[in-house]
Amino acid sequence: MAKKLTVSASPHVRSNETTTGIMLDVIIALMPALVMSVVYFGLRALTLTVVCVCSSVIFEALSRKIMKRPNTVGDLSAVVTGIILAFNLPASMPLWMAAIGSLVAIVVVKQMFGGIGQNFVNPAMTARIILMTSFPTAMAKWIVPFQSAWHPDAVTAATPMAVLSSVQGGDVAAVGDALPSLTQMLLGAHGGSMGEVCSLALICGGLYLMLRKVISPVIPFTFIGTVAVIMLFAGSFNLEFVAYQLLGGGLMLGAFFMATDYSTSPINKKGKIIFGIGCGLITSVIRLFGSLPEGVSFSIILMNILVPHIENMTTPRPFGEVKEKKAKKEVSKA
Amino acid sequence: MAEKKSLGKELTKGIIAENPVLRLVLGTCPTLATTTSVESAIGMGLAASVVLICSNMAISALRKVIPDKVRIPAYIVIIASFVTIVQMVVKAFLPSLDEQLGVYLPLIVVNCIILGRAEAFASKNPVLASAVDGLGMGIGFTAALFLMGSVREIFGAGTFLGNSVPFLSENPMLIFILPPGGFFVFGVLMAAVNRLAESKGKKKAELRGCEACPMAKSCALNKKEEVAQS
Repeated sequence: MAKKLTVSASPHVRSNETTTGIMLDVIIALMPALVMSVVYFGLRALTLTVVCVCSSVIFEALSRKIMKRPNTVGDLSAVVTGIILAFNLPASMPLWMAAIGSLVAIVVVKQMFGGIGQNFVNPAMTARIILMTSFPTAMAKWIVPFQSAWHPDAVTAATPMAVLSSVQGGDVAAVGDALPSLTQMLLGAHGGSMGEVCSLALICGGLYLMLRKVISPVIPFTFIGTVAVIMLFAGSFNLEFVAYQLLGGGLMLGAFFMATDYSTSPINKKGKIIFGIGCGLITSVIRLFGSLPEGVSFSIILMNILVPHIENMTTPRPFGEVKEKKAKKEVSKA
Repeated sequence: MAEKKSLGKELTKGIIAENPVLRLVLGTCPTLATTTSVESAIGMGLAASVVLICSNMAISALRKVIPDKVRIPAYIVIIASFVTIVQMVVKAFLPSLDEQLGVYLPLIVVNCIILGRAEAFASKNPVLASAVDGLGMGIGFTAALFLMGSVREIFGAGTFLGNSVPFLSENPMLIFILPPGGFFVFGVLMAAVNRLAESKGKKKAELRGCEACPMAKSCALNKKEEVAQS
């Protein structure tokens, strides 16, 4: 029998992209950073990632089952959330605390608001903030790379961000050996959250996502650019200070992988620019004036909450539509 | 009121069906502020309950004397006098509780539950019914505060009434004691009580507008609408 002619409503042209495909790309992009974190923090980093991913997937499946909704484990979004959450934790984090982080990310932030695409803030970022406020000591145990992270007495050191917050007027040379060299900053041989240390791997992952057109370059570039410009002025035009600010902390991880989350960032270009600048501004203000050394997570969450308003402001006008004020004027003229 | 309810019903409605905090969402400020420990939660609940019962009785007794136009200032004066009495008693006999509750003890004056019950119930009902209503609402308020305080103290500080809970006392989740945790526990408890209250009666989704409100039966606005509709 000949094929029946099917009449359906638009859209008629569909993209071959699927959520699973996009998530798979993100997982691939995260792999270099994962490999580097295992190099620096040993198998403990891998264990932490596996625990985060497994618990995220289990919580996703369980909550979908309890809510009697179709199972969405197959779209891999829970796996991505798990990996990104692990990247945001210190490698020595107790595993059960990491599992609580997954619970917060998947159940509270994502599923309670309706599942994938419905969360109003980034799940992994919120989980990190909740863990940070709940377990401040465990979340600030920054162990030095190349030693056993299993050991409870592993040597810890201040992160570059903590050192930088004491730098006055961009005078990096004054703190001397307390800061690692810029090459070390790029490769990641310093203390910090397990996935954020190696900026090079994160930049590679981010470029891969841009080449695959999974993320648009607008948010990462405006975000990082805003931080760079503000730090240039704050550091009295010391380029070295700017480089430390860009490579340190969670800026690369946040800008490439978390600020670009589809459901919590604006849709059109104008909105993305506002979003990126806002993130950069809040990050810089917290880094320069706040009591916390790092502000990427808070800046992304705060801008996430503003996204509906940014969308309202930047809704494109349909062709031929007249602005309300203008329309009123013309009516009064007539 | 057109329909006469039994006193028992006036007492029990405050506990779940019309729980002042979790169903009517009144008095949220003291609820969030004083539930960081079970002790202060119970203290707050009992102090507010005493004021609520006394003011309900006094306002109900004076309901025909108070002119309608100045009723709110009159209620506030009555409530404030009882709050002052309670505050002095607490200061004299339980100074540690007074220290814990701080400014929230005198702030019972502006607690919405007390003014709300005066406006919605005591000003229209006889003294005994008003006292029972106040008692029921007080029990509901104290129970809600106790529940919230327990959850927040057990998870946030790892203790219950000052006794340490195994495992949790070594690893308390500080966020439960902080404001965000308070809002979270509040929301979850509200959802649970809504589920409990709705499992008995009609589902909320089937009701529209004012009917969905737990106060629908005693609300003055609702009655006006009924008149307008008919």
